[in-house]
Amino acid sequence: MTSQSILLWSVMPYVAIGSFVIGLVWRYRYDKFNWTTRSSQIYEGSMLRVASPLFHLGLFAVIGGHIVGLLIPKKWTDAIGLSQEMYHFGAISMGGFAGVATLSGITMLVYRRRTTSTVFAETTKNDKTMYVFLIATLLAGCSATLSSAGVIGHEHNYRETVSPWFRSILLFQPDGSLMEQAPLAFRIHAVIGMSLFIIWPFTRLVHALSAPIGYVFRPPIVYRTRDGRATAGSSKARPGWDRPKY
Amino acid sequence: MKVMAQMGMVMNLDKCIGCHTCSVTCKQAWTNRSGLEYAWFNNVETRPGQGYPRRYEDQEKAKGGWVRTKNGKLRLRGGSKARRLLSIFSNPRMLNIKDYYEPWTYEYDNLVTAPLGQQTPVARPKSLLTGKPMKIEWSANWDDDLGGGPANIEKDPILQKLALDVTTKVKLEFEQTFMFYLPRICEHCINPACVAACPSGAMYKRAEDGIVLVDQQQCRGWRMCVSACPYKKIYFNHKTGKAEKCTMCYPRIEIGMPTVCSETCVGRLRYLGLFLYDADKVQAAASVVNDKDLYEAQMDLLLDPNDPEVLENARAQGIPEDWLVAAQKSPVYKLAKIYKVALPLHPEYRTMPSVWYVPPLSPIVDVLKETGHDGEEAGNLFGAIEALRIPVEYLAELFTAGDSEIITGTLRKLSAMRSYMRDINLGREPQAWIPESVGMTQETIYEMYRLLAIAKYEDRYVIPAAHSEQAKELEEMGCSLDGVEGVESFGGPFGRASGNPVPVTIENFHILKDRQTK
Repeated sequence: MTSQSILLWSVMPYVAIGSFVIGLVWRYRYDKFNWTTRSSQIYEGSMLRVASPLFHLGLFAVIGGHIVGLLIPKKWTDAIGLSQEMYHFGAISMGGFAGVATLSGITMLVYRRRTTSTVFAETTKNDKTMYVFLIATLLAGCSATLSSAGVIGHEHNYRETVSPWFRSILLFQPDGSLMEQAPLAFRIHAVIGMSLFIIWPFTRLVHALSAPIGYVFRPPIVYRTRDGRATAGSSKARPGWDRPKY
Repeated sequence: MKVMAQMGMVMNLDKCIGCHTCSVTCKQAWTNRSGLEYAWFNNVETRPGQGYPRRYEDQEKAKGGWVRTKNGKLRLRGGSKARRLLSIFSNPRMLNIKDYYEPWTYEYDNLVTAPLGQQTPVARPKSLLTGKPMKIEWSANWDDDLGGGPANIEKDPILQKLALDVTTKVKLEFEQTFMFYLPRICEHCINPACVAACPSGAMYKRAEDGIVLVDQQQCRGWRMCVSACPYKKIYFNHKTGKAEKCTMCYPRIEIGMPTVCSETCVGRLRYLGLFLYDADKVQAAASVVNDKDLYEAQMDLLLDPNDPEVLENARAQGIPEDWLVAAQKSPVYKLAKIYKVALPLHPEYRTMPSVWYVPPLSPIVDVLKETGHDGEEAGNLFGAIEALRIPVEYLAELFTAGDSEIITGTLRKLSAMRSYMRDINLGREPQAWIPESVGMTQETIYEMYRLLAIAKYEDRYVIPAAHSEQAKELEEMGCSLDGVEGVESFGGPFGRASGNPVPVTIENFHILKDRQTK
């Protein structure tokens, strides 16, 4: 293995995980106030109404596909009698559908952001950088999907290279040689994806970790007392003020 | 019974001259920051009129408040929890900035820096959202004093509702003769829809005084509260991406001082004090079948602070003794429950608001005067209240979910007070029949007169200070200037949105510095 290969496939994954986890903890502790995606819906709603759900729901499908594809070993699906062809067909069709939804969603979102002057004025450099990484990841991912299907280059079964590599990372026994066998499209996708995780905690993407699951279970009206028995993530109780001296 | 204290406000609309001092001082205190240029925690709107944000009372559009479902339960008008979570990527009920207005400034710079020329330099309006020149088309008070005429006024949702029953002729007359001001702040509802709609749990009601606040650290900017509030009193700070709202000036209230809007009110028309209410009965009261019963339901919720059983229970709940004394002296309790002249704004939203209003009698007096009658004679006034159906019905839509009987009773009391007191002021024999005709004694009507007309500061604002032993942190929070070198320093490697928020005081300092030195 070359040193470049070690850096990319055995070191970078841990840099990404470290940056993601430590960055999120840091951001949550020190920058809770900015833990939001700074919605621009108040400026423009009609395009957002189509584009945002399309992008987000598409993305959920993409994430689901990644979980299945990366975490479930080929042996398991073989064991239940799922042939490679069937699996492949399912992955390509559903993945393609999700990819198209996500890509068209983000295209509309970026178009909206660029053309609506109010929204564009509120787009920070940080946002723009994040969009570059996000879109690059999505495009690289789509081209990897196409390449695995044999549309670009040779057909490739990523479940024999990328997926075992991914699991080897999680098991702290990184095997970078697996990635060397993967086509270029997969390797580009993996590198940009890892970069996205590195910058994640420092961008508006943190909002993804705020899925309001607790809302389902809590009573409708929330009461809090001034004496600071605060819930997780809440600010400290305001100091009681002394009566002004006249 | 579970007794809870609620800080409440009553505004006497007869005394409002529409000077907007409350709005301006509130703005200076709370919203003179970027991101909230368009927000008025306190606004004064002319009625009839569209209000601010435009047509906020049209709940078919923004779906604010609660509705009673067929099985007798309360549900947010905007839909179930599941529906809200499914629409989290784009709230379909969210208001657009144009529903409020596009904030702007003027190119003042041009007045002094323009090169010598034939024309006098002008300061063009410039959008505060895009920084580009803009055409001013609407603002928070565009239809102030019926400005813009019938074309604007006709869009008043209440007028449209009433217009179903009345002829155009009556409506036109009505527009010519009937106008009053409605100052509005957050209602600090006992059953707040905004809190129930918040997916993050960042919005909460303070258990001690019922003030509804947004935890800025926990708010994630899902903006469900903005549409869920039927009064549209939650504002989205478009710079920080967080919800902000009227805080009832809680730092002032905590030390026994009235809110900024009350303190600076020229007409001295605001009253602040405590309501005690039974928290166990809120849900039942808010879900009565008939909209018109909601006023009575909320009245039943308010507990008598002199009732020994109530006091005993309040003490058991840990409400301090001085708070109970304050509740007994509460002017808002007196106006709402004893004299029954204050009414809640839009009880039909089922949020159980805590800011109540003494409806205005002036429009009716004005009509009497214009038609050559004695506008303060009891008989004339009583007759006019019966005859002038339209203003009465309009007020009923605002304050009693359309029940004209209640509003008529209130207006009759105010009329009786005027006529009764006129005799006293003119040195004539007071006429006992006048208070009796509205079910009051001479003593109570005189007390009511004192509270409404000449009450002193300490009678209008009965605010018990928060107990410092409840607040653990009395020490200073540390110097807020630590590590801050002005607003610009917050650019940083992660963009403007990252890093610590600029403290409001610091931001204000720099805004003022920029204004004065550049």
